[in-house]
Amino acid sequence: MIAVVDYGAGNIHSVARALAHVGADFEVTSDPSAVAAACGVVLPGVGAAADTMRGLRAARVDDPVVSAIQRGVPYLGVCMGLHVLFDHSDEDGGTPCLGVLPGVVTRFPDGLAVPHMGWNQVRPTADSELLAGIPPGANFYFVHSYFPQPSEASCVLATTDYGLTFTSAVQRGSLFATQFHPEKSGRLGLRVYANFTRLAGQTPAAEFA
Amino acid sequence: MLTRRIIPCLDVKNGRNVRGVRFSADVDAGDPVELAARYDAEGADELVFYDITASAEGRGIMVELVERVASQVFIPLSVGGGLRSADDMHRMLRSGAEKVSVNSAAHLNPDLIREGADRFGSQCVVLSIDALRDPGSDPPRWTVYLNGGRTRTELDAVATAQRGAELGAGEIVLNSIDADGTRDGYDLQLLRAVTDAVSIPVIASGGAGTLAHLRDAVTIGHAHAVLAASIFHFEVFSIQEAKTFMAAAGIPMRMDPYPQVPAADRV
Repeated sequence: MIAVVDYGAGNIHSVARALAHVGADFEVTSDPSAVAAACGVVLPGVGAAADTMRGLRAARVDDPVVSAIQRGVPYLGVCMGLHVLFDHSDEDGGTPCLGVLPGVVTRFPDGLAVPHMGWNQVRPTADSELLAGIPPGANFYFVHSYFPQPSEASCVLATTDYGLTFTSAVQRGSLFATQFHPEKSGRLGLRVYANFTRLAGQTPAAEFA
Repeated sequence: MLTRRIIPCLDVKNGRNVRGVRFSADVDAGDPVELAARYDAEGADELVFYDITASAEGRGIMVELVERVASQVFIPLSVGGGLRSADDMHRMLRSGAEKVSVNSAAHLNPDLIREGADRFGSQCVVLSIDALRDPGSDPPRWTVYLNGGRTRTELDAVATAQRGAELGAGEIVLNSIDADGTRDGYDLQLLRAVTDAVSIPVIASGGAGTLAHLRDAVTIGHAHAVLAASIFHFEVFSIQEAKTFMAAAGIPMRMDPYPQVPAADRV
């Protein structure tokens, strides 16, 4: 069972609909023991870093999520589920995050229209199981004002240009996270969820095989 | 690079998609869920649903409709029509909409924009403006109308767009009542007046009849996105044809994963 972690944040239903569409076996849960027992963990999220960290702690799912990542359980973070992996986010006057990946999350510089909202190109920097079957430079849907700056180049999985070139997906082992929203990115986005379903040891629906 | 968007608009009455001409006569243009799936398959970048019934009963139907569409179509959905409170917005966002579009209620009570932006984020809140050109005005001026074009206000359209952006609207849908349903092209002067005045994205609406109209809205009107209804509903052009044509004009478009085909000879 894939655990979609419900800590009171936004777009959880969109993520659940996408997983359902690709035939994943999943549950939306805020139960720490369900997260601990899951074969895959999805951490969605829209909103602000401080709210996200507060929500994770209040639901007491922060430790189970980190523990699952450390045990090598496949993890997919989306948007805030990417940001909270780093040491620190500048959002909300500075927010300490989970510290799973070294680096910080910072705001787009002045002069760029923020939020960065719409379809933009994702350029993988390495082959990966998560982005298998996705053509390089394919468009995905973004909505965000802050972006990650990993301090280790080895965890960068893809980049995107918006005034500057930023990291739009990361990987370390079975940990994956995207700045874009695959659940709002049409058929290619569904392909990402199908790939993650496979990473979690499940067989996605035939059309995504 | 951020792409420019093509947004088919579905006017929904009692759960059916209808198309008005200059805000009046209805023509049934099919089942909204089927149309939404077709547009997604053709490469639409976003979908807009306007509830033109906008009664309490109609909004209930709309929530169900959005849920049905959201379980099958995985691109951003925007919903408008009769939303009067932040709680109305919340219902639509929870049922699967990415954005909510406010019109009459926001012009009568601008705090609705601020409240929506504070609760859900600016990226969720779209301000819709229906503008009619003041007859004989030179330089041209446009006045905001409410209630689907039936009620005149004293509001200037450009100033209203600026105020909306200041209050926290994340985008503006700018609909020309003069051009709506005519297929004679967007009101490019209106578009340019508003895109020059605000820094948030402006979506051109009303009047698209040819692919050149879509292109001109971006290249001349500086729109970030183009909204159209009848040319797509009645399959005058496919979305893919529109995108191919605009890409050929040098406009960044999301072409994948749909095959690129030569531009139609119907331009």
